[in-house]
Amino acid sequence: MEHIKQMPRKFMGNYTVSWRAHCCRAGLAWLMLGLFAVLAQAGDETQQFILRNGLTLIVKPDHRAPTAVHMLWVRVGSMDEVDGTSGVAHVLEHMLFKGTPTVKAGDFSRRVAAMGGRENAFTNKDYTGYYQQIPAARLADVMQLEADRFANNQWSDEDFRKELEVVKEERRLRTEDNPHARLYEAMAATSFQASPYRRPVVGWMSDLESMVPEDARAFYRRWYTPANAAVVVAGDVDPQVVLALAEKYYGSLANTPLPERKPRTEPAQNGVRRLDFKAPAEQAYVALGFKVPGIRPDALGTGPWDAQAQDALALTVLAAVLDGYEGARLDRALTQSEDHVADSVGAHYGATARGPVTFMLSGVPASGKSSAALESALRAQVRRVADEGISATELKRVVNQWTASEVYQQDSVFNQARKLGVNWASGLPLSFESEMLGRLRGVTPEQVQAVAARYFGDDELTVATLLPQPPSLKRKPRTPPPGTRH
Amino acid sequence: MLFRICTTALARWTVLALLPMATAWAGLPIEHWQHASGAQVYLVRSMGIPMVDLQLDFDAGDRRSPVGKTGLAGVMASSMRNGVKAAPGLNALDENALGEAWADLGASFSASAGSDRLTFALRSLTYPDVLSQASALAARQLGEPAFPEKLWQRDRPKLIASIKEANTRPATVVGRAFGKAVYGNHPYGRETSESDLNNISSADMQALHAQAVRSCYARISLVGAVDRAQADALVAKVLERLPRGDCPGLPPVEEVQPLTASSEQRIAFDSAQAHVMVGQPGIKRSSPDYFALLVGNHILGGGGFTARLTEEVREKRGLTYGIYSGFSPGLHAGAFTINLQTRPDQAQQALDLVRSELQRFLTDGPTEQELQAAKDNLIGGFALRIDSNRKLLDNVANIAWNQLPLDYLDTWTDQVQRITTKDIREAFSRTLQAQNMVTVVLGGK
Repeated sequence: MEHIKQMPRKFMGNYTVSWRAHCCRAGLAWLMLGLFAVLAQAGDETQQFILRNGLTLIVKPDHRAPTAVHMLWVRVGSMDEVDGTSGVAHVLEHMLFKGTPTVKAGDFSRRVAAMGGRENAFTNKDYTGYYQQIPAARLADVMQLEADRFANNQWSDEDFRKELEVVKEERRLRTEDNPHARLYEAMAATSFQASPYRRPVVGWMSDLESMVPEDARAFYRRWYTPANAAVVVAGDVDPQVVLALAEKYYGSLANTPLPERKPRTEPAQNGVRRLDFKAPAEQAYVALGFKVPGIRPDALGTGPWDAQAQDALALTVLAAVLDGYEGARLDRALTQSEDHVADSVGAHYGATARGPVTFMLSGVPASGKSSAALESALRAQVRRVADEGISATELKRVVNQWTASEVYQQDSVFNQARKLGVNWASGLPLSFESEMLGRLRGVTPEQVQAVAARYFGDDELTVATLLPQPPSLKRKPRTPPPGTRH
Repeated sequence: MLFRICTTALARWTVLALLPMATAWAGLPIEHWQHASGAQVYLVRSMGIPMVDLQLDFDAGDRRSPVGKTGLAGVMASSMRNGVKAAPGLNALDENALGEAWADLGASFSASAGSDRLTFALRSLTYPDVLSQASALAARQLGEPAFPEKLWQRDRPKLIASIKEANTRPATVVGRAFGKAVYGNHPYGRETSESDLNNISSADMQALHAQAVRSCYARISLVGAVDRAQADALVAKVLERLPRGDCPGLPPVEEVQPLTASSEQRIAFDSAQAHVMVGQPGIKRSSPDYFALLVGNHILGGGGFTARLTEEVREKRGLTYGIYSGFSPGLHAGAFTINLQTRPDQAQQALDLVRSELQRFLTDGPTEQELQAAKDNLIGGFALRIDSNRKLLDNVANIAWNQLPLDYLDTWTDQVQRITTKDIREAFSRTLQAQNMVTVVLGGK
């Protein structure tokens, strides 16, 4: 059992929420005690502040080393794009490195490097993030730089044109030459029709070919506003000092109204969708995506979660008993016997997202076995859970694993900051991680059996099959004699 | 379990660490002793989280695999999860019982092999009952693996199929051609083939295990919430099922031969990008030029967005998403490598640019300003190399494996600080010869 204490308090006009988990449960006492010991270290509560302009600040102190990570999250990703400019969220992310009126192109990276820092950025369907890992003493410097480009990003059309070529190369590297990536891209485009999840994060090549500087500038003006952003700082820092710095560098930025977000809700699918995808490969591959419920922020409260969120918890357990450890159900049933149907298999489910949530089953058919046979075998394993349920031992095992991994996760300050940012982007509260774990402990075998029976029919299923093609070698090799140099 | 769909974020930069980074811990004492079994033990206490990581390294990497059985070390390592033998008072555990036991403990044990090292890793919480069970299980898996022949017969076709699949990918094909051209017949250049796998039996795995996995060969690194006495007891437990006895010196492995001429291959490939690789044998980890090359390469192509190659090829011209240069120092002279991908019709332009930038660097070396920027980043960012147990473990294992001085981490920033532009120029010209460079272009037009 777990109690989350939310302690609103006023501080300099900001709303503060801090939390601390207290837990104890018979049978898991050894894990619980340790978790408590770690969380109870003085001063390490995660704190959240909302600045006057609407920007969220989340601070997670961890004093094991004199370093910190500073992340800026914007609640905008490829799902906020429209047809014709797919990929613009990600292109804009690249352009954020191309300067402001006071910091010229490339100087952001040079200045962070001069501090001893490491930096990068990432774009996803739901969010865009920028980060620097730095000696903790340089926090103010990176905050100043980040706030500047968040508000004042400015670059030439020529810089845009060059960077767009870099992004196209990125698409070629990650997608065009990767058969599985192309399969999943085609699968999303089939599975989703109204939802913007149908478009690839990196964008369609033709949209990249036709993208113009104003596309990125307009997207920046539209979405990069304090009320749509969060700063996450984790590491060797004092929350009150960080708050003062955030007030100084981010607090004065003008807020602009956010455009209305159109829901673009995916309608019921009402029937299986199938696609074959041909690509140069040796091995076939099959992926099954079932549209299932996820956890929505408005479902959370101190009382019982709503039915969909309860089902999402059970689906999380289902994915883990299918594929959460070596020798879990899918592996054991499909890859091990003498006549095994698969060389590898997987199950994946993530309960939280801004858009629709999918439960994935996938695998590589064994030599001599068909993708259709593997597809049936994967579904049969879910059906087995629906028919027979799962054992209490399996349930306890996966909960034990999660509980232990909560401890291990504390080793990476970066990953903790990342999780805080992802949860903020999904609209979830600070306490979500620990609350989720507490609620997972309450899932029963019957609930898992029920979701296995409820959500894995044909109606919300998309099946994508990779049909391997021999590589075509149109060009002849030419090998100059050894010793020649260009 | 190999394939998952994830919410893969698109990073602006994918860091491919070509350079096994030297790492460090300032003022953090590394305790070192010889365990009663002969194992060399290195410990850094990190009390903040109730967890411990233990890594064991053995001189049994793939460089020692016999010709015709390339990949034996890796195959043996991955087969160690296929079950453990029965022991007095203990039932045998098959692969699933083993997997379940680790999951029940919330702990993990892994085995892997690189060219140099055969590596085992245990991660556990430090609550006494968990740690005692995890270390007892690790001891069984480390000391008494079953290597069932039947499971190897099952796994072998999967491995062969995955090699064939990998051979359809441009990065694999170019990497293999490059390795062969740089290393010739040296084990570093060998790639596991179908016939290698067909030659390997579970008896080979047993034999390799019996010969190589002995306490007195072990270099053990620990980081976590344990003191020296607890660490010593943990080591004793994990090693308890390994044979006692002597550890005769192992035969030397031939060195990587320097190249005497340049070579250039163009490989036809139908891909959206051409892959360009340029390089030659670099240095051993024990080279006195290690720090000069570390700092120099940071400037040339190892230092991320600010490196010269990135500036010239990506930032100024938009020719690639990622270009990297790096050394891979090991027990032998691992390759110096420059690697990029670009649209097929731009391959020659990118290659010309790489060659002229490399030539310019070899001739003139870095500027004083570039050197200062590199030092600022490396020295200023030193703490970022050691700010988690995981990173500390890599550092301690680096010291343990390469027999670096125990104060290596304390002197690391001084070693960087001391490097001059002249050091870099001289180290690069000692190590790399433009007239002996390997070039492989795959899929270029």
